[in-house]
Amino acid sequence: MQLEPNKYVKELTKEKYKYGFTTDVHTDIIEKGLNEDVVRLISAKKGEPEWLLEFRLKAYRHWLTMEMPTWAHLNIPEIDYQAISYYADPTTKKKDGPKSLDEVDPELLKTFNKLGIPLEEQMALSGMAVDAVMDSVSVKTTFKETLMEKGIIFCSISEAVREHPDLVKKYLGSVVGYRDNFFAALNSAVFSDGSFVYIPKGVRCPMELSTYFRINAANTGQFERTLIVADDDSYVSYLEGCTAPMRDENQLHAAIVEIVVMDRAEVKYSTVQNWYPGDAEGKGGVYNFVTKRGNCKGVDSKLSWTQVETGSAITWKYPSCILTGDNSTAEFYSVAVTNNYQQADTGTKMIHIGKNTRSTIVSKGISAGKSQNSYRGLVRVAERAENARNYSQCDSLLLGSQCGAHTFPYMDIHNETAVVEHEATTSKISEDQIFYCNQRGISTEDAVGLIVNGYAKEVLNKLPMEFAVEAQKLLSVSLEGSVG
Amino acid sequence: MKAEQQYIDLFTQYEAMVCQHSAEVLNAPRAQAFAHFEQLGFPTRKLEKYKYTDVSKFFAPDYGLNLNRLAIPVNPYEVFKCDIPNMSTSLYFVVNDAFYTKEQPTGHLPEGVIFGSLKEMAEKNPEFVKNYYGKLADSSKDGVVAFNTMFAQDGVFMYVPKNVVIEKPIQLVNILRADVNFMVNRRIVIVMEDGAQAKLLVCDHAMDNVNFLSTQVIEVFVGENAVFDLYELEETHNSTVRFNYLFVNQEANSNVLLNGMTLHNGTTRNTTEVTLNGRGAEINLCGMAIADREEQVDNHTFIDHKVSDCTSNELFKYVLDDQAVGAFAGKVLVREGAQHTNSQQTNRNICATRDARMYTQPQLEIYADDVKCSHGATVGQLDENALFYMQQRGISLKEARLLLMFAFVNEVIDHIRMDALKERLHLLVEKRFRGELNKCQGCAICK
Repeated sequence: MQLEPNKYVKELTKEKYKYGFTTDVHTDIIEKGLNEDVVRLISAKKGEPEWLLEFRLKAYRHWLTMEMPTWAHLNIPEIDYQAISYYADPTTKKKDGPKSLDEVDPELLKTFNKLGIPLEEQMALSGMAVDAVMDSVSVKTTFKETLMEKGIIFCSISEAVREHPDLVKKYLGSVVGYRDNFFAALNSAVFSDGSFVYIPKGVRCPMELSTYFRINAANTGQFERTLIVADDDSYVSYLEGCTAPMRDENQLHAAIVEIVVMDRAEVKYSTVQNWYPGDAEGKGGVYNFVTKRGNCKGVDSKLSWTQVETGSAITWKYPSCILTGDNSTAEFYSVAVTNNYQQADTGTKMIHIGKNTRSTIVSKGISAGKSQNSYRGLVRVAERAENARNYSQCDSLLLGSQCGAHTFPYMDIHNETAVVEHEATTSKISEDQIFYCNQRGISTEDAVGLIVNGYAKEVLNKLPMEFAVEAQKLLSVSLEGSVG
Repeated sequence: MKAEQQYIDLFTQYEAMVCQHSAEVLNAPRAQAFAHFEQLGFPTRKLEKYKYTDVSKFFAPDYGLNLNRLAIPVNPYEVFKCDIPNMSTSLYFVVNDAFYTKEQPTGHLPEGVIFGSLKEMAEKNPEFVKNYYGKLADSSKDGVVAFNTMFAQDGVFMYVPKNVVIEKPIQLVNILRADVNFMVNRRIVIVMEDGAQAKLLVCDHAMDNVNFLSTQVIEVFVGENAVFDLYELEETHNSTVRFNYLFVNQEANSNVLLNGMTLHNGTTRNTTEVTLNGRGAEINLCGMAIADREEQVDNHTFIDHKVSDCTSNELFKYVLDDQAVGAFAGKVLVREGAQHTNSQQTNRNICATRDARMYTQPQLEIYADDVKCSHGATVGQLDENALFYMQQRGISLKEARLLLMFAFVNEVIDHIRMDALKERLHLLVEKRFRGELNKCQGCAICK
């Protein structure tokens, strides 16, 4: 894996020392490949302190000793990690974007309209440089003021490293260590940017941290890192991603999300993922290999994951909860839709460590076309986790005879007071239901959308209001062309 | 490869002796199996299939092997008298891995039925046995199966011809008997022709208080419309290690019931793989385990729905006490085109102490859309309300617990299609829960 450090990188690294850390070397994209110099370069470009560079290097060195895991029920073409460019300057990237909506792929616009996305956002999402003229910027500033009044920190992780190094240092890598897994190590070595949220003691975040982020979401890079810390008695609802399809040239996305929930705090994390899934023949598409984990550290803390996964050629992620604090609660609600040649191996892990901890898992898989959709979940009750309670339900819906739906739940119970339940069913949409809708003048395609939405309602209801509506439409759009 | 090396050396040195005391059909695949074993070794816990049982640990100690086939002086009829009451069975014995040929029951089996030593059958009729031996158990896929194929010298061969119905159940008692720590590699081949019907009860007993390790590979071929019941009852002791591999191939409209019950054991690993190869085939796969002290029970099942219109039902129940460890991994595969599959899988477990551990993985892999598949798993305790209710009515807590646990495993016993065996098991299970070893009067084995 270790390649000869190329000249270009060498020069740049030298340069770094010549001009110091703050020099703004204006390079669009650094050359492809990964080695220690690249890691140093990324760190230097971002003007990071020594400890963070050390963290990156440790992660990189550990990554070298690891092999890509193969246990997932996925067919992943070989990934050449030396053929990826690990740093792209986000500010220059936008210049390549289309100048007006006329230049944007009409197919994309059609989907935008179906989803009912406002015009400004359409422009932002198609990669236009609009951030200076958009209304939302002023909105953003207003939001920022409100947040600041409450003492909430919400900024990019690079900014947080500069402004709040103590907080970042304390929590970065505390939930997902760099040794955790192959992609976590890779991300820790080369992470580009992401978000940092800190909610101080006793503060209830007055808004969903979504509206802001949704516009900000574009161009955070392929190795995103999110860190959310909710201090005692606080509450925050955070929404990541976006319902609009993202055209992205980065094939591999290996992000990390870490959440720390302290005493009596509550975090609600919602994801709507609709990356480019590849074309109908299965060519192209994003690989979404994400490590998401929250630690319910404090007593009576609560963490809730909600995800709607419709995009990506391959989705491989398990948003997990470690229930360390006594009486803590975790929830996982998921809808995963795969169509055409998409593959998904997703689920959750619930690790019960504290006493009287509770977890709920509701997973709904929908497979159509020639796709493969797997649920994989772990419920682990540690020896001292008295009175742990878990309920898991995973349902699969099959549309078409060439797709697959799989369930791989694991239950490791080390305590006799635990009550753990798991249920799974697999079914297809019955012809009676379709016929009933047809009789009433609803086309088969609409009927499927209707039934699928009913099926996923339990999960969609958990999404923040505005997104629930969009997610519903998204489900129908994702399944277009899968019937009839 | 430390544990493997001693067996690789042993086989290289004594291959001729192993072959000399066996039949040509059994000898033929040995070299191939040896190559597979050298390549695979014993499965490690890194393999998903063996996540909960560390195989090489059990093979590491020294065991005696009776490669030279010395006769072991024992009269099973003398020591084993606890024939299940009210249940007349055709009773056969296997001592370690040798079929006991003296004093066989006569006139019990219908004409054409064969029940006897595998080695003998393979010598008498090699062409016939060759069609079946090693056809389901693939030594290239599993290190222990390869190991068994390398060393197995004898076992049992059962054949039921077309449309023959054996009314009377056949009982096979496997007796482990040795004066030193001992290893047994046994092989069983069962052939049910089209329309044949039979019931087989296999009981495992360990007679001596030494460490035993047994590997057993059973291959079952079930023809069209055939009905076959296989009950396996393990009542050994805490220093017994058992690796059992059961491979079943079912043709159209066949009906098979497999029930594996572990009442007393040391470490048990049962691997069951069923292939539903013909339309309309039905498999009922059940199992239960009652484990205490440091006993370990690991059941691994795999049901392959290859064609449409098949049914599979799975039910496994565990009661774990003390530091017992239970594991269950069940996978149901519904292949593309296997429409109208009906599959159900249930695993329920009770952990009675805080040191007991349970691992469960009910898995579904489905590639067809018109199917009904479900699985469920629970781990929990006895219902406190029910216990309270019974105590209110003057039943002691201890008794109430027993009653509930008994009712819990009873569901598995209810699947048994032999009334006398059901009754007997009710008794055995009750005794087991009461902590009395299953002593049946006058039986030397259980003393």
